[in-house]
Amino acid sequence: MSLDRTSAAGQISAMPHDSHDHPHSLLPSDPALRVKALETLLTQKGLIDPAALDEIIDTYENRVGPRNGAAVVARAWSDPEFLDALRHDASTAIAEMGFPGRQGEHMVVVENTPETHNMVVCTLCSCYPWPVLGIPPGWYKSDAYRARAVREPRKVLSEFGVTLPESQSVRVWDSTAEIRYLVLPMRPDGTEAMTEADLAELVTRDSMIGTGLPRTPEAA
Amino acid sequence: MTRIHDMGGRFGDGPVTPEAEDAPIFPQDWHARALAVTLACGSLGQWNIDTSRHAREKLSPQDYTRFSYYEKWISALADLLVDTGAITREELSGATQPQDSDLTAKKLTLDRVAGVLAAGAPSLREGGPSPCFSVGQKVRTRRQPENTQITGGHTRLPAYAAGAVGHVVMLHGTHVLPDSAAHRMGEAPEPLYAVAFPASELWAAPEHPGDEVILDLWQSYLEPA
Repeated sequence: MSLDRTSAAGQISAMPHDSHDHPHSLLPSDPALRVKALETLLTQKGLIDPAALDEIIDTYENRVGPRNGAAVVARAWSDPEFLDALRHDASTAIAEMGFPGRQGEHMVVVENTPETHNMVVCTLCSCYPWPVLGIPPGWYKSDAYRARAVREPRKVLSEFGVTLPESQSVRVWDSTAEIRYLVLPMRPDGTEAMTEADLAELVTRDSMIGTGLPRTPEAA
Repeated sequence: MTRIHDMGGRFGDGPVTPEAEDAPIFPQDWHARALAVTLACGSLGQWNIDTSRHAREKLSPQDYTRFSYYEKWISALADLLVDTGAITREELSGATQPQDSDLTAKKLTLDRVAGVLAAGAPSLREGGPSPCFSVGQKVRTRRQPENTQITGGHTRLPAYAAGAVGHVVMLHGTHVLPDSAAHRMGEAPEPLYAVAFPASELWAAPEHPGDEVILDLWQSYLEPA
């Protein structure tokens, strides 16, 4: 219970750290220097390994990103058995494609239809399905998106250049737990003859968050 | 009362500014270092994801508002490291030389990175209470979006969905309860549901009569409606 204190009334309170006694205020105010100071201290104490940090960065800069999710979507469009597996247990189906892990432990795929458009947000922080989409873009973490996606999703979509028909309802998924949602966009028309690899090229990151739509074959 | 992070439905934030799909993942080098240091320190085993979320939420409203995303991460990390005794305030301020630590054996080494990232930290648990609600059932959320055991403590019920009536659309199984785990009171796993709320239940002027917002909510957040 080191993080909390008990008040005179006996009720546990999490409030004392709201004052200016936060240890972080001991660090330099410039954020780059703040990170550097902490990294240096932790390295000197033997608590972090700079080579491990480089490996983490390389993983999310070069290997884990929205191309993974695009492969999942393209396969779901092409392979009815895989689509069934995704519907039944997306965590397993996606892990078996080689995309398991942190912030994707419990995956659910939500399918867009002519009646329903899905869109994902995390209003309380910035939860995001890392193994399939990578590190979230800045706008996903912005106050504006977190505040507005639940109240006015259609206005937010218009800021992404997306206008939905009145006949399509919006379902906004607020990621309040450890379930991570991946939007399965509708397969664009005119793609019947395309290979799975070519289909993946139509799948944008934003189309898997629900703030965009897949590219059309003409635009790709 | 709520904390500053609970911003769903808030007015006044202005337009969303989307970046290009191919924009840099880490616009500044220190963003990448902040992420990596935070992930690496998680392996020291001194806290869980709920504790670390709560540490960011406990930043003062002024700091939470003015800090960028990774500034929140690195500041909350410094607070967590001191709170758990992994480092001292004196080491952090430079008043003393760094001392030896008994946590060095837990250091995330290069050879363990891939395994740790691939394993993640599942929140699904066996056992716990049986589900009280079934898919299709109407439920009402707790009226106050607060932790019921810790005043001002961590919870995952956003204020905009407090006291609202919706219906269960999925049962996700039994998951660690953040309200308990964030405060080191045990995992207290409970059934977790996806609950759909009509936009008209949440907002005075919904954009469209058919729109819904769906939240993942633990059993103790809910009652029959």
